[in-house]
Amino acid sequence: MTFDMSQFLVTFYEESFEGLDIMETELLALDVGEADLETINTIFRAAHSIKGGSGTFGLNDVANFTHVMETLLDEMRDGKRDVTQKAVNILLESVDVLREMLSSLQAEEDLDDVRISNVKQKLDNLLAGGSEETVTEEAPAEETATAGTDNSVTNSAKATPSGWVIDFKPNVDMLQTGNDPVRMLRELDALGDMVVTPDISQVPDFLMMEPENSCLSWVITLEGDIEKSAIEEVFDWVEDECELTITASTNSATAVNNEKIAEAEIISESIEPEPVKVATIEKVATAEPEPVAEATSASTSEKPAAAAKAKRKATTETSSIRVSIDKVDELINMVGELVITQSMLSQLGEDEDFGEEQIEKLKNGLMQLERNTREMQENVMRIRMLPISFVFQRFPRLVHDLSGKLDKKIELVLSGESTELDKTVMEKIGDPLVHLVRNSLDHGIEIPEDRLAAGKPETGEIHLNAFHEGGNIVIEITDDGAGLNLKKILSKARSSGIVSDNEKLTDEEIADLIFRPGFSTADVVSDVSGRGVGMDVVRRNIRALGGTVDVKTEAGKGSVFTIRLPLTLAILDGQSIVVGEEVYIVPLVAIIESIQVDSSLVNGVTGQAEVYRLRDEYIPIVKLCDVFNVKPLHDDIEDGLLVVVEAEGKKVALLVDDLLGQQQVVIKSLETNFKTVEGISGATILGDGTVALILDVSGLISISKKNASSNKKAATTSKAA
Amino acid sequence: MAKILAVDDSASMRQMVSFTLKGAGHDVVEAVDGVDALAKAKGAKFDLVISDVNMPNMDGITLISELRALPAFKFTPMLMLTTESAGDKKQQGKAAGATGWIVKPFNPDQLLATIGKVL
Repeated sequence: MTFDMSQFLVTFYEESFEGLDIMETELLALDVGEADLETINTIFRAAHSIKGGSGTFGLNDVANFTHVMETLLDEMRDGKRDVTQKAVNILLESVDVLREMLSSLQAEEDLDDVRISNVKQKLDNLLAGGSEETVTEEAPAEETATAGTDNSVTNSAKATPSGWVIDFKPNVDMLQTGNDPVRMLRELDALGDMVVTPDISQVPDFLMMEPENSCLSWVITLEGDIEKSAIEEVFDWVEDECELTITASTNSATAVNNEKIAEAEIISESIEPEPVKVATIEKVATAEPEPVAEATSASTSEKPAAAAKAKRKATTETSSIRVSIDKVDELINMVGELVITQSMLSQLGEDEDFGEEQIEKLKNGLMQLERNTREMQENVMRIRMLPISFVFQRFPRLVHDLSGKLDKKIELVLSGESTELDKTVMEKIGDPLVHLVRNSLDHGIEIPEDRLAAGKPETGEIHLNAFHEGGNIVIEITDDGAGLNLKKILSKARSSGIVSDNEKLTDEEIADLIFRPGFSTADVVSDVSGRGVGMDVVRRNIRALGGTVDVKTEAGKGSVFTIRLPLTLAILDGQSIVVGEEVYIVPLVAIIESIQVDSSLVNGVTGQAEVYRLRDEYIPIVKLCDVFNVKPLHDDIEDGLLVVVEAEGKKVALLVDDLLGQQQVVIKSLETNFKTVEGISGATILGDGTVALILDVSGLISISKKNASSNKKAATTSKAA
Repeated sequence: MAKILAVDDSASMRQMVSFTLKGAGHDVVEAVDGVDALAKAKGAKFDLVISDVNMPNMDGITLISELRALPAFKFTPMLMLTTESAGDKKQQGKAAGATGWIVKPFNPDQLLATIGKVL
């Protein structure tokens, strides 16, 4: 039977990546010096599974690499090797390499051989350094055996075509392990012409007979061109449970060959474990993990075809997500209820005399339908939800690496890891979070000496916490470091012209300045490292997800960065607005305030679009009726309303005719059916079935900028004329 | 056709083993670790048990000795899937009552050939 192994690769990759994550987490949790055996066991198991799978599915590079890791871990597990920081670091690096290898294989890219062999060398060195007995003794022993037996077995096999005599006496309890001598006889029979002479001398009297004991023994002669290894393989599993001698038929084998066979037997018996395996040396090399160098060289040449096939398959994969059975069951439950409601309603519809009673029932039914639908919507959304631990997982490693680099002592505390978040949001929140955590590590937490001087514990703490609040998910990054240096931030902001000299800012507003574009944090908040993290980029990325980020800080006590994200990107909290006959949706997160227009505050700056003076700010007015070419309900600007929105740190005031309610809307992409339109991010269907466009605030801002510059141009040309 | 209990914590290996055996016309029950396997084995009858050695919760060797203690599994062939050549796992397995072993990595043909020895 042959079939394509690549069909299992999807699962293999999935579980291998999971395994690597587990290895990483556990490695980081490992206490150097007094390692917990169960932790090592878990790491070992993960490496072991990856090795087993990769070998089976033809990914030999991965198998070879994991093999070395496994050997190392096995020695740690057996207590033969101490768990040192160095070993942990090299293992962590190996995890990285493995992850890269698997990703490359999955994407059908070439492996980075230099890096792989580099790290493998480190592993090999580590292995060689620690327990020399295993490496130096076992490998050569196996080699001698290989050379010796390989030779003699082939010789003997060639020269003894005529047959073998096998003395087979099972131990009395052989049946207890499920081994049945009959099966072995059957197998031998398949090898050649067999004559079996049973010995029943040990069989007790009928009355004394124990049906579970094995009392027979046999002398078997096998005729034919059979290799000794084939016979030994038959008895492979029972070699400790029987007395077995296999000798070549005396009439055929020459003296020389006999000698060689004898020699082979001596050598093969002297080494552990199975003499049988030595004969089929190629198989041994791929299957057995112990002799490092040999296994590597022998198995690399095998199954290149399988690897190629595996590569080809990888491209056809679509991205998949794992859903827990509970969620699916719940959905099925809900569909069941929906069906019940539906049948109740349709029964009602068939009712011939439709009176008040029926209307009451109808109302109830519709209410139930509404509840069902809402629950189902929530549950379908939950399918896309994954626990945030997927993102949090990478931080222990990051903190471990970075704190080493920065010479700081930092403990990372994670909580709320099971808080669920939309998969797409999750994928996009990773980088901003890394930025923020790195920032806290780098700029927030002080070096141990400073901490001690400030009367704080030497080890700083970074706390990552996630929880649900309303329709949002909140992620907090708390550090107990020095806090932001507000004075420095303010003076830097003043000197770079972001804030004017006479402007009075609250502490919160000053802290918020770090998110301003063009505000460099480097050399301001901290002098420890030159890495200025672009906090404006962080805020932009989070806003792109419809979320917000802000910071609270207390000098000497630390800072808290709070990220608020919508649970999903598919649903949006929107404010319905009216322009002319049309209804549009403005994302609620973008809205700062809505005001009635006071025409005395509207200024037509020369060469610019109109601006509105709101307190101390001048905000450009965007007339949506002009942008979308809709006839407005009110010609006079005073009858309209201004919705002040913000994106990327810039504000504009949208002129609308009226505000309707706030509602959650399901976002439908415009691109799938139409094309990208500037200023529009998508569409949705309202309760009454009409389509409403969802405004893209940053798009509208860039439109207003373009208008302003073209107006300016027009103004200058007219001046010139 | 035989009824086979396949135990492995790795989903891909389990899939492969199960797919191969089913392809050969066998009836396969899958279990994810020793505890799961033991629960599925109790009160049932299998013609063959194939189990991985390294598994969380209950490893393959413990599983085999637990199963061997059940009357229904007294003579049932039980094979270990193992990569560990050092011999001690095999010896431990044998001592626990394993019938034999299949050395990883193996391909479907090897798997079928091996189970052919005990079915």
